[in-house]
Amino acid sequence: MTEPGSHSELFPVLHGVVAEFETPDGLVSACKKAHAAGYRRMDAYTPFPIEEAADAIGYEKTQVPLLTLCGGILGGLSGYLLQYWVNTSAYPMNIGGRPLHSWPPFIIITFEMTILFAGITAVVSMLTLSGLPQPYHPIFNHPRFSAASRDRFFLCIEAADPKFDLDKTKQFLRATDAIDVAEVAD
Amino acid sequence: MEQVPETKASATMERLLPGQSPVLTPGHTLETITDKIVSIVLRRPVTLGWLGGFAFFFGLLNMMLFAMAWLFYRGVGIWGINIPVGWGFAIVNFVWWVGIGHAGTLISAILLLLKQGWRNSINRFAEAMTLFAVACAGMFPLVHTGRPWLAYWLFPYPNTMGVWPQFRSPLLWDVFAVSTYATISALFWFVGLIPDLATFRDTAKNPVAKTIYGLLAMGWRGSARHWKRYESAYILLAGLATPLVLSVHTVVSFDFAISIIPGWHTTVFPPYFVAGAIYSGFAMVLVLAIPIRRFYGVEDMMTLRHLDNAAKVMLGTGLIVAYGYTMEAFYAYYSGNAYELFMFKNRALGPMAWAYWCLILFNILIPQVLWIRKVRLNPAMLFLASLVILFGMWLERFVIVVTSLHRDFLPSSWGMYVATRWDYAVFAGTLGLFFSAMFLFVRLMPMITIFEMRMLLPQSKLSEEVAAHD
Repeated sequence: MTEPGSHSELFPVLHGVVAEFETPDGLVSACKKAHAAGYRRMDAYTPFPIEEAADAIGYEKTQVPLLTLCGGILGGLSGYLLQYWVNTSAYPMNIGGRPLHSWPPFIIITFEMTILFAGITAVVSMLTLSGLPQPYHPIFNHPRFSAASRDRFFLCIEAADPKFDLDKTKQFLRATDAIDVAEVAD
Repeated sequence: MEQVPETKASATMERLLPGQSPVLTPGHTLETITDKIVSIVLRRPVTLGWLGGFAFFFGLLNMMLFAMAWLFYRGVGIWGINIPVGWGFAIVNFVWWVGIGHAGTLISAILLLLKQGWRNSINRFAEAMTLFAVACAGMFPLVHTGRPWLAYWLFPYPNTMGVWPQFRSPLLWDVFAVSTYATISALFWFVGLIPDLATFRDTAKNPVAKTIYGLLAMGWRGSARHWKRYESAYILLAGLATPLVLSVHTVVSFDFAISIIPGWHTTVFPPYFVAGAIYSGFAMVLVLAIPIRRFYGVEDMMTLRHLDNAAKVMLGTGLIVAYGYTMEAFYAYYSGNAYELFMFKNRALGPMAWAYWCLILFNILIPQVLWIRKVRLNPAMLFLASLVILFGMWLERFVIVVTSLHRDFLPSSWGMYVATRWDYAVFAGTLGLFFSAMFLFVRLMPMITIFEMRMLLPQSKLSEEVAAHD
């Protein structure tokens, strides 16, 4: 990718080598081969979720569920404790002689707060763990990358990988089902 | 009537019963799906029909703004409410709109957990429908307070007055339930949109559109790691939204059931309100889907199969609602309570009897035509049946609110309720808000979830030897 005046010519620092595939099968088997060959700093880009691709590049566990659970527990506790504190000490009201700490009516708001906090945590943790919103990412320097949100599948082995060697990695990717292998500037 | 496609091979390779339409008509590829949905927003010119429809509903919306300005100036006295009927159209409309929203969450969350592939093409606009319906609903509790500028007093916050809200009141539960519901629905909708907004960003040619969709897509690049977290968060949201949607209309029914008013104080209210909500919500889904699939030519993505399935859900929930009505009558008799018995007699034979019998006709008798397969596969008849159900469900809330209140325990406090033109103006205005928002939505956002439609294609599935773990 060294057209005159292009980004990669002006800033010739390499982000990685990108292989383009036409089918999910081609992508996933290339991911498996790359992982078996010892590459770790790599990422696959697909137009729809392919769980096997994430597994193949060695990303098997996400922390989103655990964080969501924590968020839910925090929400439930804060909902209940707020009601407990308001009704017993901050603003006690005697309604028909019922106990101040009358827990059954508190359950509904406790439940709603659990859902609210858990839901917000799920979305915020998904975005922040992924580093989104992210205004710039080098993979967009690939001239055909807009197809990744359409009908093509990409695998990028990054230059930061300790096993990365420009020529060898390129050869390795050419040996897969890739229809195109290109360098992408950082 | 539309022709049922003869083919038995669906694009999604699912097994079909004889004569059943596929979820996605065969012949689509990753490219055609993307192009078709994107072109509705980015390539299609604005038509006169769209402009006319939008102008009409936007006019209604402006009428609502006018009616509300007058309401804020004069107070709730411009409405038909009085003592004893202190709850009029505002609560009727609130319950009706919240109920309509429920079908969107049901489609997007519950059907996702149940792995119903047919939800994929209707979930996006059903979620949008939920958001706009909740926006319409949320206005009524706000404006019916009389002093809407003090509505924030409903939220618990430390204040110089030293007072806190009453957490044992169902009206406060409503505040939490509806605001949580609105927040989670908006999150669910937006999270679903992110990958499709990235597709829009990558396809748009107009630099302004590209920038706006790009900002909204937040730099989404379809990374495998991101997708994994995304799927995880999405399924968690669905799992959270499922009990939430059931709880919201339960809490709405508590507004009635926790009180001691005859006709309201029954345990059947929560389940029968939830069923009624889904019933009216699916009717609204069909009222929107049938014209949309026709005018935007997406009959190959929203097929007769979707209409058929939605009609079956309506039939099922409609029967639960019928059970609720029967139980109300039974309770009145079996409770042995003179007030309950009188309430029911008054509801069926009193001055509001017309509303009760219309409701039985619209909500129970006419919808039985959905047993007939030909009706379920005929978009025009389904559209009419859905309109009837929507009107019937509105009448149901009207009957519940008004008949119980206008004949109280003491004959000396009996009254009558007649809605004024301001009641009608505000109600029609929320229809304007809802539909003008829907008009904008179909022209600005992908109304069908692109990435989930891609997953329906057989070429998107991995072959067995590749998928196998080694």
